[in-house]
Amino acid sequence: MTSRSSSRSRAGFARRLPERGLLLLVLLVLLEGTVLPLGAASSPDVGHAEHPSEHGAEPGGHNITKKAFPVLSLDYDHVRLPFEIALWVLLASLMKLGFHLVPRLSNIVPESCLLIVVGLVVGGLIKLAGEKVPPVMNANVFFLCLLPPIILDAGYFLPIRPFMENLGTILMFAVVGTLWNAFFIGGLLYAVCQIQPANPSDLHLIGLLPCLLFGSIISAVDPVAVLAVFEEIHINELLHILVFGESLLNDAVTVVLYHLFEEFAGVGTVTLMECFLGFISFLVVALGGVLVGAIYGILAAFTSRFTSHTRVIEPLFVFVYSYMAYLSSEMFHLSGIMALISCGAVMRPYVEANISHKSHTTIKYFLKMWSSVSETLIFIFLGVATVDGPHSWNWTFVTVTVILCLVARVIGVVGLTFFMNKFRIVKLTTKDQFIIAYGGLRGAIAFALGFLLDKEHFPMREMFLTAIITVIFFTVFVQGMTIKPLVDLLAVKKKQEAKRSINEEIHTQFLDHLLTGIEDICGHYGHHHWKDKLNRFNKKYVKKCLIAGERAKEPQLIAFYHKMEMKQAIELVESGGGAKLPSAVPSTVSMQNIQPKKPLPKTAERALPQLPKGREEEIRKILRSNLQKTRQRLHSYNRHTLVVDPYEDGVTNFIKKQKMIQLEKKIKEMNKYLTVPSAAPDSPTMCRARLASDPQAYNVKLDSGKVPTIQVDLASPQSPDSVNVMDEFIKADAGDEDSGLMMKPPRKPGEEDGARDQQKLTRCLSDPGPSADEDEDEPFLP
Amino acid sequence: MGASQARYQQEYHDLVDKSGFSLEQIKNLHYRFHQLSGNNETISKGNLDIIPALEDNPIKSQIIDAFFDKRNQRQNETGSCEEIGFEQFVMVMSHFRPPPSPMTDAEKEAVRSLKLRFLFNMHDTGSDGTITLEEYRKVVEELLSKSEHMEEEVTKDIADAAMLEVASTNVPHMGPDEFYEGITFEHFQQILKDLEIESRMHIRFLDVDTTTMHCGKFSS
Repeated sequence: MTSRSSSRSRAGFARRLPERGLLLLVLLVLLEGTVLPLGAASSPDVGHAEHPSEHGAEPGGHNITKKAFPVLSLDYDHVRLPFEIALWVLLASLMKLGFHLVPRLSNIVPESCLLIVVGLVVGGLIKLAGEKVPPVMNANVFFLCLLPPIILDAGYFLPIRPFMENLGTILMFAVVGTLWNAFFIGGLLYAVCQIQPANPSDLHLIGLLPCLLFGSIISAVDPVAVLAVFEEIHINELLHILVFGESLLNDAVTVVLYHLFEEFAGVGTVTLMECFLGFISFLVVALGGVLVGAIYGILAAFTSRFTSHTRVIEPLFVFVYSYMAYLSSEMFHLSGIMALISCGAVMRPYVEANISHKSHTTIKYFLKMWSSVSETLIFIFLGVATVDGPHSWNWTFVTVTVILCLVARVIGVVGLTFFMNKFRIVKLTTKDQFIIAYGGLRGAIAFALGFLLDKEHFPMREMFLTAIITVIFFTVFVQGMTIKPLVDLLAVKKKQEAKRSINEEIHTQFLDHLLTGIEDICGHYGHHHWKDKLNRFNKKYVKKCLIAGERAKEPQLIAFYHKMEMKQAIELVESGGGAKLPSAVPSTVSMQNIQPKKPLPKTAERALPQLPKGREEEIRKILRSNLQKTRQRLHSYNRHTLVVDPYEDGVTNFIKKQKMIQLEKKIKEMNKYLTVPSAAPDSPTMCRARLASDPQAYNVKLDSGKVPTIQVDLASPQSPDSVNVMDEFIKADAGDEDSGLMMKPPRKPGEEDGARDQQKLTRCLSDPGPSADEDEDEPFLP
Repeated sequence: MGASQARYQQEYHDLVDKSGFSLEQIKNLHYRFHQLSGNNETISKGNLDIIPALEDNPIKSQIIDAFFDKRNQRQNETGSCEEIGFEQFVMVMSHFRPPPSPMTDAEKEAVRSLKLRFLFNMHDTGSDGTITLEEYRKVVEELLSKSEHMEEEVTKDIADAAMLEVASTNVPHMGPDEFYEGITFEHFQQILKDLEIESRMHIRFLDVDTTTMHCGKFSS
C-alpha cells in the first residue's frame, strides 16, 4: 500500500484526490468480499421467512412472526462467482490504467513486474483481512480461459514469412533446446540432491524421475512472459520471431515430457520401449495439434465465405472455431498451443479476404483486448498465488535450480547456434545468441503445470512450487528489467518501423519469380520451387473454395495496392489533411512530375497577368502546403472509389467535394474524438495493436459500380462541377451565410493579388491526371 | 581425351577465380549446361525457352533475356548476344551465389550493389541507365500477366504509385514544373535498401559441401 500511495504522491497534487478515491473504492470492494459472505448467511432466512407469511392459513401451527417487507435485501451468494470474476478483471484493467499515469515507472520496470507486485499486494491484503485467498491459479481457469486468448492473438498475427524462413532454427531451439534443458537440469539436480550424505535432508528422497519432471516443467520458455517483455524492447524481427517462435513450439515437447514423467514417476522406472513410445507420442502431439488446428482453420475460412449477409457475427466465427480447435486438441492431450497457432495462421488469409472491414477491426481489437486482460490477470494471479501457496523453502534446491536454468540455457543456445549456423544464410552473431539466451523467460505456464502435480505422488510438490516461483520471479524481474538497457548497451538492431512500400512489394514478388526461374534453369528443385508450387496450388484450388466471389482471383500485388490506398486514405482523414504526412520525408513531388510533360498552351499564359517573382513564390508556398499535398495524396485514390455510407446518397457531387475539403480542415479540432489514437505512446498493447498487424490493416470490398462513390477530382478545371477556387474566395469575401461549406483561404497580406494569383497557380498546379488530360485551352473563368 | 580434360581443368580454374564458385559447383553447372544445350558449345534463347518448368513463370522472358544481356557480364558492354557460351552462363549464375558468411560492411555493400545491378538491368530494357515510367509499367504488367483478373488501369496505377514513391524518397523537393526522368541506379539502390537483397537473392547451388536437400536433381 505504501508503494502505491507514494507513487501517487509523485504524480502531483492535482491527481491525488481522484486516485485516492479509486484506491479506497477498490479496497472497499475487496473488503466487501470478505464481509459479505458473513452477511449472506442471514439472507436466506429472510427469504424463507417471507414465503410462509404470504400464504394465509398455515396448517400445523407455525409460529410465524410476520417480518416487515424487505425493501432492500442483500443476496451475495447469488452473484458471487461472476461478481468476483468481474472484480478481478476490473482490478487488472485499473492497474493497467494506473501504470500509465506514472510514466517514469513504466519506462524502467516492465509491466509484468509491476503486475506481479500488485498481485502480491492484493494477496497480502486478502491474507491480512483473514480471508482465504481464492484459488486463482486453478489449472482449469488458467489453461482454459486465460491462456487461449493470448496464444490466439499471437497466432493470428504471426508474421508468416519470417516464421517460415526461420522455421528450422525455431524448431531446433524448441525441440532440441528444451529437451537438453530438461535433461540437463533434471539430471544435475538429482545429482546435487544426492550429495551431502553427512546432512540427511529431504532432498535425498527425491527420485530421478521427479527431478526430470521438474526439469521438464522449468525448462520451457514461456510465451506469455516473452511477449510481455519483448513487446517493450522493440527488438529486430529476426530475434523476436526466434525467441517467440521457440516459446510457442516448445509446448509440444513440454506436454509430452510432462505426461511421460508424470505417468512413470509413479512406477519409478522408464524402459527404453517407453522412451521410444514417448518419441512417437511427441510426433503425434505436435503434428496432431497442427492438423487439428488446420482443420478448424479451413472450416472457419469456409464458413466466412458465406457470411456476406450476416456481417455482425463474422468475428464470432473466428473466435469460436479457434477456441474449439484448442479445446479439441486439449481433449486428446495434443498440443493446444500449436493447434491455436496453426488455426489462426491457416484461416487468416482467407478470412481476411472474405470479411468486411469492420469485422476485421473488431477481430483485431477484441483479440488485443482479451489477450491484454488475460496477460494482466495471469501476472496478478501469479502474485496472489505466491502469497497463498504453501511454500517450502530449501536454499540448496532453489539456488541450484536458478543457476542450472541459466547455465543450461546458455550452453544450449550456444551449442545449437553453432550447429545451425552451418545451415543458415544469415548467421546468428554472438550478440544475437546472447539476446536469445537472455530472453528465455519462464512464466506462468510452468507454475500452472507445477500446481497440477498430485500431492500423493509428489510429496515434494511444495518445494517444487517454491523453486518454480523463484525462477519465474528471477527471470521476470531480473532479466525482464535488465534486458532493455542491455539491448541498448549492446546496440542490438532494433525493429524497423519502416512502412512496407509498394516498391518493396513489387520487388519481393519479382524476386520470388526470378529465383524460381533460375532454379528451374539450374534444374535444381530448391525451396523456391516448392514454395512456388504451393502458391500455385493455393491460387488454383484453395482460394476458389475458401474465398467468396471476385476476391478469389485477385493477385496479391493488386490486393496489397488496394490495402495501401485504403490505409493512406484513412490516415489522411484521421490526421486532418496535410498536417501529418504518411511518408517519412515531406515531399512536394506529385504525379505531374512523373508524367511526361505537356507544353502549356500559349493562350492561357497570355491571359494571366505577370507577377513579381517574390510574391509568386510566397503565394505558391502557401497554396502548395495546403492544396498540393492534399492532391498528391488524393490522387492516389482519385479514380478509385471511396466507399460512401449509404445515407450520404442524396448529397450532390459538388457538396461532396466541399465536404471533403472542409472535413480535412475541421478534423484537426476533432482529432481527440476519434477512437483510433494518432500517436501511440510506447506501451506494449498499443505497440502490439499498431505493429503487429501493420501491412494488413484494412481491407475494402470494392464492389465497383454498385456502391455510391465519391469522385474526388479537385483540380480539373474543365469539369463543370469542379471546385471553382475563384468562386470560393469571392463568396467568402461576400460573407455568405452558408459559410459552413466554404473553404476559408488563409488570410495573408496581399490577398487581392492573391486572388488573381490563385488562378495562375491553380493552373500551374493543376493536375491533368490520366483521365482528364485534354482541354487546357478552356479559360479558367468562363 | 587427356588434352581436353586438361583444357577443361584450366577453364574451370579460371572460372573459379572469376565467378567465385567452387570447382565442384562449376562442374555441376557444366553438366547442366550440356543438358540444356544438347551437348553444343553454346545455348541460344530457344534452348532456355523449352524448359517446361518455366512455362508458368510470369517473368519468363525477362529471365531468359537476362542471360543474353551483355551488361551482366561485368565487362562494361551493352547490348545482347544471340548465343552464350559456358563462361557467360556461369557469370550470370554467379549473381545468385549465396554470400560468403561473415561479411564486412564493405563486402556487403559490394555484393548488394552487384545483385541490385542485375535487377536494374532486367528492368532497364532500354539500356539507357534509367528505368522510365514506361519500362516500370511493363515490369508490373509482366508480373501480373499470369493472373486472370487483370485490369489495365490498376496495373498502370501501381506502376505510377511506385514511381511516385521513388521520386518522393529520392528527390523530395521538386518544383511543379520539373520532370522526373526515370529511376537511376542510385535511386534504385536507395528504395530497395531495406530488402536486404544480399541475403535474399540467392539459390543454393549443388555442391558436395553445402548441406541441402536436393530432391529431383537435374531433371528439366
